[in-house]
Amino acid sequence: MTAYWHNFFRKHGAALSVFLLASVGFWIFMMIILPQAFMLDFSLRANVPPPKWGTDAHHYTAEHYRYMLYGSAQSTDSYNFVDLSVFARTILAAIFVTLIDLALCYPVAYYLAHAATGGWRRLMVLSLIVPFWVNELLRAFAFKIMFGSNGIINNALMWAGAIDQPYDFIRNSVALYSGLSYAYILLMIFPIYNAVESLDRNQIEAARDLGSPWWRIHKRVVIPHAKPGITSGCTMVFMLTAGALAAPQILGGPSSLWFTQIIYQAFNQAGNWARGSAYAIILLIVCILFVLFMMRVFKVKLGEIAR
Amino acid sequence: MSADVQLHDVWIRFGEFVAAREANIHIREGEFFSFLGPSGCGKTTLLRAVSGFLEPSRGRVLIGGRDMAGIGPNKRPTALIFQNLALFPLMTVWENITFALEVRGAGKAARRKKADELLELIALPGQGEKMVSELSGGQRQRVAIARALAAEPDVLLLDEPLSALDLKLRQHMRTELRAIQQRVGITFIYITHDQGEALTMSDHVAVMSQGVIEQVGDGNTIYNRPESAFVASFVGENNLFSGAVAEAGEEYVTVDTPAGRLRARHARRNGKGQLAAGEPAFVFVRPESLKFAGAAASSESARPLGNRISARIHQQEFEGNLWQVFCGVEGSDKPVKLSMVNDGESIGHAPGEEVTLGFNADLTVALPQGELAAE
Ligand SMILES: Nc1ncnc2c1ncn2[C@@H]1O[C@H](COP(=O)(O)OP(=O)(O)O)[C@@H](O)[C@H]1O
Ligand SMILES: [Mg+2]
Repeated sequence: MTAYWHNFFRKHGAALSVFLLASVGFWIFMMIILPQAFMLDFSLRANVPPPKWGTDAHHYTAEHYRYMLYGSAQSTDSYNFVDLSVFARTILAAIFVTLIDLALCYPVAYYLAHAATGGWRRLMVLSLIVPFWVNELLRAFAFKIMFGSNGIINNALMWAGAIDQPYDFIRNSVALYSGLSYAYILLMIFPIYNAVESLDRNQIEAARDLGSPWWRIHKRVVIPHAKPGITSGCTMVFMLTAGALAAPQILGGPSSLWFTQIIYQAFNQAGNWARGSAYAIILLIVCILFVLFMMRVFKVKLGEIAR
Repeated sequence: MSADVQLHDVWIRFGEFVAAREANIHIREGEFFSFLGPSGCGKTTLLRAVSGFLEPSRGRVLIGGRDMAGIGPNKRPTALIFQNLALFPLMTVWENITFALEVRGAGKAARRKKADELLELIALPGQGEKMVSELSGGQRQRVAIARALAAEPDVLLLDEPLSALDLKLRQHMRTELRAIQQRVGITFIYITHDQGEALTMSDHVAVMSQGVIEQVGDGNTIYNRPESAFVASFVGENNLFSGAVAEAGEEYVTVDTPAGRLRARHARRNGKGQLAAGEPAFVFVRPESLKFAGAAASSESARPLGNRISARIHQQEFEGNLWQVFCGVEGSDKPVKLSMVNDGESIGHAPGEEVTLGFNADLTVALPQGELAAE
């Protein structure tokens, strides 16, 4: 370890080394550790208005976590079905969106990496990236208009005679899932693309030469090779979908609440920062545990993802 | 089972570029056939046309008499060993070897059994559980061979499979490959830019240059009876004298060169002589065919040294079994090389000395001037 740092300093020089270490340290501490530590601290204290912060009334308590489970700070008679079901639905929906993105992006990434050539490839990559210059809110509203009862999709379907009443895409969450799936599509495509691209083309040909049909080539050669990329894509899409706020706010139907919206309400409408923090921490921890669990199931190591 | 392979007037184009032209070859079943040529001459391209990864722009590929047009690589009775082997790094050795069986739906027990058999064949018994990355270069090489053989192909295609190995291992693997070929008895089509490999292992060799098959024959024919300047200069070492044909007979031609008038065999192609009087020609003679034509030496020689040139010795190198002598000759910018078996005596000449070199006309060949192999 000492040798490593010694080397590091020799390689980069004293000034640059200090700068690198300081800036990385600052980033980790100020942007990651400190805010989360505040959140954690908040979540474990009683909910009191700001003037009382730091007084005895602002004491430590686990009541907000208990509230999430039982819907009450004291009794443990019944479960907090409202919040728990929203939470479960959010996680399930995030899994669903992740799977949709995976199903859409794997073929595209594979095509980009191994079939498309030259100009075509550049054009495809551009047409994937450019739409994301439009900001998230605008994109969500565009989806809302598109999927609205007078939107282009309903009009087209009615014109084609497939339906005679406008279909309520919003209430049925189609708009929400579409919007969320689209929002993080690049985060799925690029890690998979990178992983697939690094696969030696000869391996695909060797499998084919040995008689393998295309699906077995994917199952036995391409997917195992791309697994770290697939995992990192899935992790990012899952985390960001579970934590999305704008799209559920705009595209969600009146009855479909996203867990982040509950957190948002706790902070901004109920003024209950403590509960908001507790819920946010719960979401964070459950998501992390879930991802670690899935990595275990699929035998991916954390180090591989970072490649 | 084994099958023959025929190429009928095969052309392969990549856009404007012609990677193979007018290839006509009949590879007999059960033989070890090599394509020999410098890097970039189109060997891999031809092999890919046989394995089905690309369709010829023109012409036909027949395997076992069956036209292969429109049949993909997964349906052809061939197995290809890639230049970089392309083993599957995330599978164990035995899974690699039995991949073709897995594809065909064989059960695990059957696959293990086959893997054990093949591991025995390639002299790696009990190594099936290892990962490919745990093997040495030579072992990987053998696993690649076993993986291809497991598919039970009629024709095995090998694309410079030994090029990544060090010299010693390469020579060992030559013998081993040839032995495996004789044991399994299927047709091997082998690609290499190494003439030593081609000559030692093959029943027949096709020498290629710039997409064209220059000559097909057994090793002996290719070495002793080259039909083009390219083959003469690419296969083995050759001294070259350039000149113009003075007289062209059926069997022999005489060529006027700056070193003097030389008599040489008239190289034929498709039964016809290739030279006529007045045409430019190259005369080739191998270093081992050159002799010092001193008064004493000439009488011992079995063949008459009809051709004589004067030379000045530049340098001599001792290689243990051989002496290599480099001489300057009128009109040649490259030194003329003479090889002599070391018989325990000194060569009897010293650098700087003027000598006469002699060589027999039957061991000398005249060919039309043409492209030469790069040094
Ligand atoms: N897919 C391709 N597209 C364009 N040119 C190619 C392609 N494949 C090979 N070539 C060209 O064809 C020539 C022969 O290549 P190759 O068969 O790989 O040579 P070798 O195996 O004898 O070294 C080379 O000049 C190469 O650049
Ligand atoms: Mg090649």
